Amino acid sequence: MAALTSPLRVCRGILKEIRHLKGPDYKHSMVYAYVLDQFRKNEVTGARHCRAQVEALHASHTYLCLLASTRQHMTLHKLYHGKGERGPEEVAGIVGLRLPTQPGGKGWEK
Amino acid sequence: MMWGRLVRVRGGVAPTLLPLAVRHEGRSLGRTPFFQNASYSTAAAERKKFYKDVSISQGDGGLFEISLDRRKLRTPGGKLFTVPNEALAIAVATEWDAQKDTLKFYTMHMTTLCNTALDNPTQRNQVQMISAALKFLETDTVCYRVEEPPGLVELQKNEWDPVMAWIEKRYNVVIGSSSDIMGPSIPEETKETFRQHLLSYNFWSLTGLEYVITQLKSVVLSLGLVDRHLSVEQAVLLSRLEEEYQIQRWGNVEWAHDYDMYELRARSAAGALFVQLSSESCTVKRKLLQD
Repeated sequence: MAALTSPLRVCRGILKEIRHLKGPDYKHSMVYAYVLDQFRKNEVTGARHCRAQVEALHASHTYLCLLASTRQHMTLHKLYHGKGERGPEEVAGIVGLRLPTQPGGKGWEK
Repeated sequence: MMWGRLVRVRGGVAPTLLPLAVRHEGRSLGRTPFFQNASYSTAAAERKKFYKDVSISQGDGGLFEISLDRRKLRTPGGKLFTVPNEALAIAVATEWDAQKDTLKFYTMHMTTLCNTALDNPTQRNQVQMISAALKFLETDTVCYRVEEPPGLVELQKNEWDPVMAWIEKRYNVVIGSSSDIMGPSIPEETKETFRQHLLSYNFWSLTGLEYVITQLKSVVLSLGLVDRHLSVEQAVLLSRLEEEYQIQRWGNVEWAHDYDMYELRARSAAGALFVQLSSESCTVKRKLLQD
């Protein structure tokens, strides 16, 4: 079986991601209501192995992974790939070099 | 398949060459279908956000629709965007709702998968999709083993053998692994077993499964994921095992390794969730839960 964390942690994880997406009024979004509703429905008190619950937990875990990975991917995308091509100065700067400068300004040799 | 796509793109030369946003502005949004003549072009990965509220509603036949402000969402092929259940509708609506100033279509994996299932841009039937998916079995990631370096040999053995044992037991098949460049010779009965199994998938879940297989480059890992034997994180780790080994040895580069990993995770998670939400067992499960 896949190693799954507890339902409560997954639930809180998803709600946290929703808050990140929606800002402070995330509690009024439909996904918030739906997720809470699903987690409440799938709560069982008995310790017996429940197939539907296992399915639901796996799905919720997968959804959490989708939200979290998309966010992390976007963060890295913005940081490294979102700005288009870099200029020569910046590229040189990445590896700790500077472009040569001409003492008299551009075209001084004429 | 490829030709079909090219011909369709050429068919609408004038509109398709313009970016989506430009084409869109000259048109009244209310009645005309969204992106009516748009073929699947990669021209517009982003566009300006043009709506505020996202809502879902249940239309004729019990299918769920998405509305952006008052306008119904449509697929790139011009069809009305409909999904079979509420969970899927909410997942899609959340993606549209989460977009800030620009719509970043490359982050909207659930929407993309629904569009693919609705429009079927490659115009394939289920049998063709199953053949395409099973083609990956012949070159399955977990079937190809290295002979050196010893560390990686050990790692592949320890990590991949348990999944292999699981799938062989679960489907009662023989797959085997090989370090030969030609890969293992997979018995015809094995392929037939999987083909029969995949015939039980509906078109939507098959779309999702094929997507996961093409992402993980492995039928074994994909079935492990949708059969709930593996979590997304585990499946992605096993798919990238050699890369992880190299990272351990040479160091991690955030803008390449982590970037790829998160993207792969997001895509695989979307595909697996799509399979689960659009497969039959989901509705059965919900009926059971209601009483």
